[in-house]
Amino acid sequence: MCLAIPVRVIALDSSDDTGKVDYMGTKIGANFALLKDIRVGDWVIVHAGFAISRLDEKEARETLAMLREVQKASDDDRFIS
Amino acid sequence: MTTDLYHDRRVTAGLLAEIAALAAKTSKPVRLMEVCGTHTMAIHRHGLKNLLRGAGVEMVSGPGCPVCITPDGFHEAAIGLVTGRENFVLATFGDMTRIPTRIGSLQTAVPAPGSAVKIVYSPAEALDLARRNTGRDVVFFGAGFETTIPAIVVTAKRAMAEKRTRFSVLTAFWTIPPPLRAILTSGEARISGFLYPGHVSAIIGLAPYAFVAREFGLPGAVAGFEPADILLAVRSILEQIRDDRPRVDNAYPRVVRTEGNPAAREVMDSELEPADAVWRGLGLIPQSGLRFKPRSSAVDAAVKYGLHPAGDASDAPGCRCGDVLRGVISPPQCALFGRMCTPDHPRGPCMVSLEGACLVHHKYRGPLRAAKRTP
Amino acid sequence: MEKISLELGGGGKTMRDFISRTILPIFGNARLAPLLDSALLPGKLAFTTDSYVVDPIFFPGGNIGDLAVNGTVNDLVVSGAEPLFLSLALIIEEGLETAALERILRTIRKAADRAGVLIVTGDTKVVRRGQGDGLYINTSGIGRVVAAPKPKSVRPGDKLILTGTLGEHSLAILAARGEFGFENPVKSDCAPLTFLLPLWKKGVRWMRDITRGGLATILSELAADVPCPLLIEEKDIPLSTAARSAAGLLGIDPLFLACEGRAVLAVPENRATGVLETIRRHPGGRRAAVIGRAEKTVGRPGELLLRTQSGGLRLLEPLTSELLPRIC
Repeated sequence: MCLAIPVRVIALDSSDDTGKVDYMGTKIGANFALLKDIRVGDWVIVHAGFAISRLDEKEARETLAMLREVQKASDDDRFIS
Repeated sequence: MTTDLYHDRRVTAGLLAEIAALAAKTSKPVRLMEVCGTHTMAIHRHGLKNLLRGAGVEMVSGPGCPVCITPDGFHEAAIGLVTGRENFVLATFGDMTRIPTRIGSLQTAVPAPGSAVKIVYSPAEALDLARRNTGRDVVFFGAGFETTIPAIVVTAKRAMAEKRTRFSVLTAFWTIPPPLRAILTSGEARISGFLYPGHVSAIIGLAPYAFVAREFGLPGAVAGFEPADILLAVRSILEQIRDDRPRVDNAYPRVVRTEGNPAAREVMDSELEPADAVWRGLGLIPQSGLRFKPRSSAVDAAVKYGLHPAGDASDAPGCRCGDVLRGVISPPQCALFGRMCTPDHPRGPCMVSLEGACLVHHKYRGPLRAAKRTP
Repeated sequence: MEKISLELGGGGKTMRDFISRTILPIFGNARLAPLLDSALLPGKLAFTTDSYVVDPIFFPGGNIGDLAVNGTVNDLVVSGAEPLFLSLALIIEEGLETAALERILRTIRKAADRAGVLIVTGDTKVVRRGQGDGLYINTSGIGRVVAAPKPKSVRPGDKLILTGTLGEHSLAILAARGEFGFENPVKSDCAPLTFLLPLWKKGVRWMRDITRGGLATILSELAADVPCPLLIEEKDIPLSTAARSAAGLLGIDPLFLACEGRAVLAVPENRATGVLETIRRHPGGRRAAVIGRAEKTVGRPGELLLRTQSGGLRLLEPLTSELLPRIC
């Protein structure tokens, strides 16, 4: 029910806060009334057709860097199938 | 934006090894409650339930599936509307149509002449139906937590602005922090920490969970929904246990801000007010629900049609969904599970919702015998 | 009073239970009882039938005509039979445009030529407006048996080969219906599987086309029939970008989505490379892959397991019921 995924904003109509987002080539209508100052090209999290949060690219990069470290150091397979 | 690292086998192995080392040092068994139904689904779907158990961490499901905790009275009110009124459209999310009540489900109900049940992906689709069917009343039956409520309220405000007098919303709105307090106060669930819901937190921020650490001394972390997101949050909780410094960690910072989404909360506050609410399994929890303020009664289906949906929150005979939702038992401990109650013939809502703990357990359970390593 | 619900026709467990509880007791006989894709008749003949009620009748990558020929042809191929003759029954809704019907008929002719079958008998009915979604089609097919599928002979070590990407047909139908308002370049994978026929002579033990219920449902049914558990690897399952993105956006699991031109095969380990190469040489099999195997060390007989990309292991079960529109 709380499924929401990161998508890129590809069209905006500021007159009614609606627009369109793209997820790896699939496009769907979205409403932006809950986020201020959204621009085309921004990454947002969409839930039930509404953008509820902006994706913070700096934080995303930091998390990925941390995971890369874990990946590099990972040599213990006892807990995986 | 690559997400592959979030699913990477080496990342999973590395995080699990760290988690296992931390869990081995704790004095008590580690039992973490994933509050959110979407987490329940992700944990099972990616096979993390068994992996985490192997690393010494037991995950228990919590009350975070709105379809499950909405008492029968709401579903029955919705069924009553679409079967009792001609030329009427009831729009709702797919899961809501299969909940078995004392008078059947929305899916088995035969609508009155000219009436229909319509499944939608977004509340905005329901308003579109009202724009296209000007001769028919349209009710959006919206159950949800803080993730979904702002979207429904935006839609309701839009309908009022457009003077769509035939559109209204049957609300079953629930807020997440009050049941956490109820679960901790009852003490039944014996948990050592919370995996906080990622997308609810994107709206409400971290502050509403602060009492868990402050008053109950329990750690917790906000988690995203990819396998690595969940493991990062579990690792954070175990580190808090090791250091004996319980707090509210944000392990999903790319999406969740400390302050949440103030604009979304403003939208909610403008039209809604807190109310005491009855949860299936948890009973009456003070100030745990939201309802339209009197000034928004034009879109309130409860006012428009004189509905009093709250009331009875009891389960079908033998059904222990209530205990499952409180984290007191795991689904297989219910006598009906897998025998009298299956995905084809569900007896309780937890076997219906795609995020219901029982359905998820049934659908995604691990191999019957513990897996051996393969070369 | 109990009434038939849409869920019954969904191809899931509800439908299989209905067939075995309500239909089989009335008609049960030795040729029907195995409930295979085709019945085996005296004189080395295979016989099958299927009805097509897809909505809409035109969709990206094909129309109801392709579907009606390929669906029946594929049922024969995976039963070990070379398709020869088809019947064609049309149930037309009053008001359907003649040009649309003619276009579909030409598609049927082309699909029949491509699959090497002749349409030798047929029927035409028209029903009142509102009694059908434009056009329903039934086709029956007769084929010559060239091999006998032997699921019971599957052994640990046998490889599971998928002939292409999953889920495009279902997603193309959803997109064409405007369901959930998404736009996606995905096209139906509807195609004949006759190119797999020669593989029956190369040691293939079993094959099935992946229709309603998807890969998970079909392999669950195989798992119930073979003496060892089956294991598939999420990372090895081919998906098109379009299908991956549409499924991700809508929260749908591609393992349960229907195809109309894909099959999964069980092949002895030492023949797998050769079979895979043959499939990949055909345009309909370019993205074929080994996706799993019959196991001896993991799980128990009867189980179908998925090793997730992140390294977890879980049980897959047949589709129970999903609220998806009519797709074939």
